[in-house]
Order: sequence, then C-alpha cells, then structure tokens
Amino acid sequence: MTTTLEAPALSGSQRPPGRLLDRTFRGVVLFAGALVLIILALIAGTMVNKAMPIFRSEGLGYFTHDVWDPAHAKFGTLAFTFGTVVVSSLALLLAVPVSIGIALFTTEVAPPWLRKPVTYLVDLLAAVPSVVYGLWGILVLAPALPGFYDNIHSVVGGVPILGTLFSGDPISGRSFMTAGVILAIMITPIVTSIARETFTTVPQSLKDAAHALGATRWEMIRAAVIPHSRSGLVAGILVGLGRALGETIAVALVIGSSPQISAKLFSSGDALAAVIANQFGEATGNTRPALIGMAVVLFLVTLVVGVLARGYVARAERRTGGAV
Amino acid sequence: MTAIVPPTGSITASTATPWRRIKSAMATTGIVGSLFLALVPLVLIIGYVISRGWSLMATSEWFTGSIPILTRAAGPGMRPAIIGTLMITGAATAMAVPLGVLGGVFLSEYSGGSRFGRVVRFFAEVMTGVPSIVMGIFIATIWVAANGFSAFAGALALGCLMLPVIIRTSDEMLRLVPRELRESAYALGGRKAGTILRVVLPAAAPGIISGALLAVARAAGETAPLLFTIGFVNDTNTSLFSGNNTALSVQIFKNATQVYPGSQERAWAAALTLIAIVFVFTILSRLVSTFLGRKHQS
Amino acid sequence: MTVTRANGIPMTPTNVAPVTAASELPMDEVTERVFAVEAAAVDYGNHRAVDGVTLDIGTCEITAIIGPSGCGKSTFLRCLNRMNDFIPGAKVSGRIEYHGEDLYGPKVDAAEVRRRIGMVFQRPNPFPKSIFDNVAYGPRINKYKGDIGDLVEEALTRAALWDEVKDKLKKSAFALSGGQQQRLCIARALAVAPDVVLMDEPCSALDPIATSRIEDLMVELKRDYTIVIVTHNMQQAARVSDRTAFFTTDVDDAGNRTGRLVEIGPTETIFTSPTDPRTEGYITGRFG
Repeated sequence: MTTTLEAPALSGSQRPPGRLLDRTFRGVVLFAGALVLIILALIAGTMVNKAMPIFRSEGLGYFTHDVWDPAHAKFGTLAFTFGTVVVSSLALLLAVPVSIGIALFTTEVAPPWLRKPVTYLVDLLAAVPSVVYGLWGILVLAPALPGFYDNIHSVVGGVPILGTLFSGDPISGRSFMTAGVILAIMITPIVTSIARETFTTVPQSLKDAAHALGATRWEMIRAAVIPHSRSGLVAGILVGLGRALGETIAVALVIGSSPQISAKLFSSGDALAAVIANQFGEATGNTRPALIGMAVVLFLVTLVVGVLARGYVARAERRTGGAV
Repeated sequence: MTAIVPPTGSITASTATPWRRIKSAMATTGIVGSLFLALVPLVLIIGYVISRGWSLMATSEWFTGSIPILTRAAGPGMRPAIIGTLMITGAATAMAVPLGVLGGVFLSEYSGGSRFGRVVRFFAEVMTGVPSIVMGIFIATIWVAANGFSAFAGALALGCLMLPVIIRTSDEMLRLVPRELRESAYALGGRKAGTILRVVLPAAAPGIISGALLAVARAAGETAPLLFTIGFVNDTNTSLFSGNNTALSVQIFKNATQVYPGSQERAWAAALTLIAIVFVFTILSRLVSTFLGRKHQS
Repeated sequence: MTVTRANGIPMTPTNVAPVTAASELPMDEVTERVFAVEAAAVDYGNHRAVDGVTLDIGTCEITAIIGPSGCGKSTFLRCLNRMNDFIPGAKVSGRIEYHGEDLYGPKVDAAEVRRRIGMVFQRPNPFPKSIFDNVAYGPRINKYKGDIGDLVEEALTRAALWDEVKDKLKKSAFALSGGQQQRLCIARALAVAPDVVLMDEPCSALDPIATSRIEDLMVELKRDYTIVIVTHNMQQAARVSDRTAFFTTDVDDAGNRTGRLVEIGPTETIFTSPTDPRTEGYITGRFG
C-alpha cells in the first residue's frame, strides 16, 4: 500500500540513526504482528499437551460418555457438550429475531434523530460485564422464574413434545432455559450491530424498486432488505454463536451445575465453559487435564465458528463491495 | 390482452386487501417490540445493581476497608479488589496497547498484501473470538504453575485477551489515514518509521485511543481469565509480581454463589463499582472518538 | 365522459376532471389530463429544490422533461408517484392532481398511488430473484387471483423481452445484460397494471443499441400507458415524445440552486420555435 522511500545516499551525511530506527522499528512491528501467531500456537500447543494423557487414557469415551465423576476417575464430557449446545441454541433462537428486529428498527423504522441514541443504548448492553449478568441472573432472574416456568408448563403440559421440553424442576430457578435467556440478552448487542451494518448496505435503488411497485413497508423489507442481507446475517449469527459458546461466567452462575442430559429445558444442567470455571480451582490429579481437555474442545470449536463467520463476512463484503 | 387490467376508482381506497396493511403494521409493531425486549433487561439490571448496591458502596469503608475474612460477615470493604482491578487492568493495558498498536502498524504499513500479513490479520480476528476462560487456563498452565498466583499473571491473561482487539482497531484506523498524508511526508525526505511515528499514528490516534479505551472497559469486567491466575486475598496487595491478589469481578463471582445476605450485598456493591469503572471508560471512549475525531477532520 | 383505451377496456374512474375549453388547455388536442400540476414546489429542509411548476400531462402520450443537470427534473418526477415521501425532510407543496384527485390528500393511500403510477429508474434495479419472480412480485403482493404465469408472459411480451427470456425464466435476473435488465424492470412495472409509467433517465446506463430498443418500446407502450420521461438526451426527447417540458436552474446570491419549469409544449414546437430564449439557448447550445 505504501512504498518504502529511501533517501538517496548523500555521501558523508548518512543518517545512521534514521536508518537504525527504521530497521529496529521494522523488527519490532514484525514481532508484534507475529505475536498473535506465537500466542495462538502456544495456547494450542501447551493445552493439547496437558490434556493428552486424558485423551489417551479415555479415548473417544471422553467425548461420548456422559458420566463425569472425578472421584472415581470417570471423565465423560457428553453432558457438558449437551449443555453448551442446548444453551447456545436457546440463546440464538431468542436473540436472533430480537436482534434483527432492533436492526430493522434502526435502519427502516426509526426517525433519523432516534437512530444514534438507540444504537448507543443497545451497545450499552454490551458494556455490562458478564459477571454482573450472572449476578443478576442468579439472584434476581432465576428465583423469579420457577413461577413463570410453572405457568408455561401448565399451558403446554398436555402437548406431546412441547410438554416435555417445557418441564423440569430447576434448583432455585437455575436451568438450561435461564442460562439461555441470560445468554440471549448478552449476545443481542453484537448480533444487532452486525445486522445493522448489513442492513445499511442495502442499495437505495433496490428499496426504490419495491416501493415503486406499491409495496408496503414490510413487503419492501422482505423483498429488498432481507434477501440482500443473507450473508451478513449468517455472519452475525455465527458471531453470536461463538460468543455464546465461549461465555463462561454468566452461564456458570445460572445453569445449575448439575450435569445431565435431559430434554427438559427447565431443569438444571451444566456446560463446558461453566464446569471449567467451577471446578478448575480445586481440581487435582487427573481432573485438571480433563478440564483442560474441555478447554481444548472449546478453543477448537470457537476457532471453527470464527473462521466460518469470517467467510460469511467476506461473502457479504464481496456482494456489497463495501464494509460490513 | 386481458390479463392485465388497470385499477380504477379513487386512490383513497386501496385496491390492496387490508390484510397487507395489517401485516405491515404488525411487522412494525414486532420491530418496535423487539427494541423494548432488549431495553427492558438493560433497565432492570442497571436498576437492580444501583438499588441493591448503592447503600453499601456509598460508605467510605467500602473504599478503604479490607474484605471481611468471614464470608458470612456483613458489611463493607472492597479496597483490595478495587485496587486489584485497577492494577491488573492497568498492567494488562500497558502490555497490550503498545504491542497491539505496533501489531496494527505492521498489518497496515508493513505487510502490504503479503501472505504472512494476511495470515496474521486472519488469526488476529480469529483470536478475538477465543473464550476468555481459555486464556485463563492457558496462563494458569504456563505461568502460574511455575510462578504462582500474582496480579501480573492476571494481567498476562487479560493482555492476551486485549491484544487482538487492539491490533484490529489500530489496523482499521491506520488504514483510514489517507495515502496522500503519507506521501507528502515522504516527499519531504521522511523515512518510514519516522513518518509513521510522527504523521500517520497521530492522524489515527483518536480512533486508536477510542478503541483502546473500549478494550480496557471490556478487560476490567472480565472474570474468567483472573479466576485461576490471581488467587485470593482479603487485604490490599499492591505488589504486581508477588503474592495473591483479587479483583472486583472475581469477588462478585465468589460472593454471588454465597447464601449469606452479607456476601450478596457485597456482590451487588462490587457490581455497581465495576459497572461504574466500565461505564467511565466506555463513555471516555465515545467522547474521544466524537471530539478528538472531529478535530482531526480536514 | 368516458375514454376508451386502445385495449378496449373503458376507463371510467369516478373522478374525471371536466374538460375545459380548448383555448385554455396548454395542449393542442382535447385529450384527457392525467396530471394537473399547479405551482408545485419541493423543499429539502430550508432549501427549495424545485419551484413553481405548472403543467399538465395528457393521457396516452409521452411527455419528456429535459434540462441541464441538477435542475430538479428527477425531483419533480418523483413527486408524481410520491417517492419523495421516503426522503426525510422533503416537503411537497402546491397542488398535484391525478385524475382530478389531490395526490397528496389526507386520505390518499400512497402505496396505491405507487401501484398505479409506476417507475423505472436510471440504473436497472431488479430484485435478487429469478426473472419470473421479479415480474411476479408486484402481482403476488397484490394477491393476484389469476394465472401468474400468463400474467408474467404478458408483461414480458409488452416489454419486448419475452422471446429472449422465455426459456430461462428461473434464471437470476442478474444473468441478463443491462438493456435486458431494464426491460425486465419495465415488465415488472407493467405487471401491476399501472396507469402511468414514470421513467427517470431509463437509458443513461445503457449502450446505444439497448437505448434504441427501449425507445421503440416506449412508443409502443404509449398506446396503453401514459409515459413521463426525464432525460438529459435531447435527441431522445425529440425522437419519442409528444410533448416536452424544459426545466432550468436558478442560482441565487447565496449559491442555492432551485429548479424551475421554463416552458412546456408540443415537442415539435419546443424544438423548432420555442417561446422562451432560455429554451432556445439550451437546445441550440446542445445541437451546435
């Protein structure tokens, strides 16, 4: 992008300090850039190393067994994987429609003077630390939910699949669903932000085309805004998913810490990141490597999701020829 | 030619079915409703934190006293954690910001379109998505195992979290600096490093500072990276490198799971303190980008 | 008074403007007026972009609007189908009547207006859908009860595109050339059975061959539709239009530009013996 211009050699009046600065600076920034790769490699390397013993001794059972009993050297992580998947899915199901709605509000519905304030407000949600979400979740939301859960259950209890889904006895309100709700609130700002960026790239000519045919606002959104934004929205969903998968503290506080595989969303459970946070401190012997193994899984999964998200962002950018 | 029949009648009456308008109105209601759905939790959370944390935080002992040793004891004292948060976040910032900015400089000024540059940029972005607990476990494994708990260990973990974010922001802000600015500096006989330090970085400074402040805000609120790196104390420890330490986020986490009302109260007050710190940096970040950014408009 | 269209369907709207004596009409023939515009103006915030436009648009004719760039031609055109509603801060004043009804009246359904007064834009803007779905979009949202396939075929035929795309209706609209895409946009507009088609410099993004095909299409379309076209290409206006309106820009002391209508009349008159010296200056300047 920029050409390196070297001053022509003025005989006798070389400026060695300038040259030296140039060279050292170049070396320093190169190191700073490489640092990212170094750290990532270190993370992968050391953690896989530490977790190796467990992978070897447990083999595939590490991933497929659902009994986690360190005291008896049983290290099956299936229940945690299940919990992570369930809670993240719930979070996405709840957050994505709301985020798209907020983004549509900002770009299509709100009067111009309202756009910035609303954006700031929603971004404020992102500024709240996750431990504060967890605190509010465990002390305020979770105790308030059992009554709510009972109401839902009494309404759908009879219906075949829904009845099982919406049942369960959470320990003081801490459950898959509670964690899903908290996570949904937490990932809304980032998904909204990406959706909003995507919606602003919709060319006015496309919207004009729909309007000129007599479309209502909603018809225009469905014809012009949404189809144009597919890649960007997928990217946003993937980014939200990545955040949900890695979110530790809030989930640890409200999921209930009872590892189990159950279709009852209102029952307590556990998740990968949460159990690491809760048990690593006091872990001894083989438990520690087993927990590190879970961290390796988390690392790899979030890496893959991140790469996929990047791919969709690139696709969206190619389509619009601009920034998403 | 009878398939297309033009409509007749007054334009005050829509030939469209009312259902279309109702659908559009319903969609608009849903869109506005989703906004409230997001704002309600925000208001609730901040409201609860303020109402439940204010009374304990508004005492002077909160800022001067040590953390009660008995968890079931009630009463204030969070000085060790406040100092700890500031110290650890400060140390992390001191490590991550210079390196991050330099990394951004590398990506924007030195890597060109080279393969290596693209790889670094790619992985920097990917690294922003690494869960914070993974960073904590990582530092716990390679540093704490050998050197024990310390504020510095926590700063290392936080710094690893902040680094890719700052690299990306710096990269983006530097790339926004117009090419002509650099070229006029070179045309005056400037060298690359000098030009970057004297011309390009200052031009990108508002955006970079704003991004850095945001990263600081996020780091101050992190818990997972600190859980297994700083240990636990009840008294203030101002030493960066030796001895256990504590931080507001960790205190909140530990106290949140206690059944004792005294602990819970401290958790709320600590949450309020933490939110205050985070919001200060977030607002500072906005102010910098709005006001300093404006000054730099040509 | 009823007017029968070339396609045999009598048009009996409930509010037809009474025909005034021929000498009062700015038009040579006694044709029906589709639009009656009186002292129309458009403000963007404090800036008056277009001022004092008074003209009539006759039915089943092509009316061309010409003038230097930035003189508010497109802005005025967009008033005719209330597209300026979407620009925040835009205000339309004066009176614009459509078949005798106030286009900006309080009870008017703007979406209905846009259905009846269609628009083709400068750059082709097909939806990211198939060719078929592009044309079918309008009828579908209007819950068309008949055979959509027939409707699409008729619209594409009227837009002189059917033969070229009949085998690839499911292909993406973007697979077509620029000129074909523009004819697709015309077909899309025709599919909702408009009364008027507004065209905002429809050929400026096209090559000369595509342009001449669209010009031929316009002349065919005027049998059934009223067409108003904004163009910066004077030869095009001279070739296809029946009446021409010439706009110009006034620049005040502060440098603000306001567009104004200078004169309007039968195309031949405008181009051979215009009344206003500004018109003559513009036309001869270009030809010379």
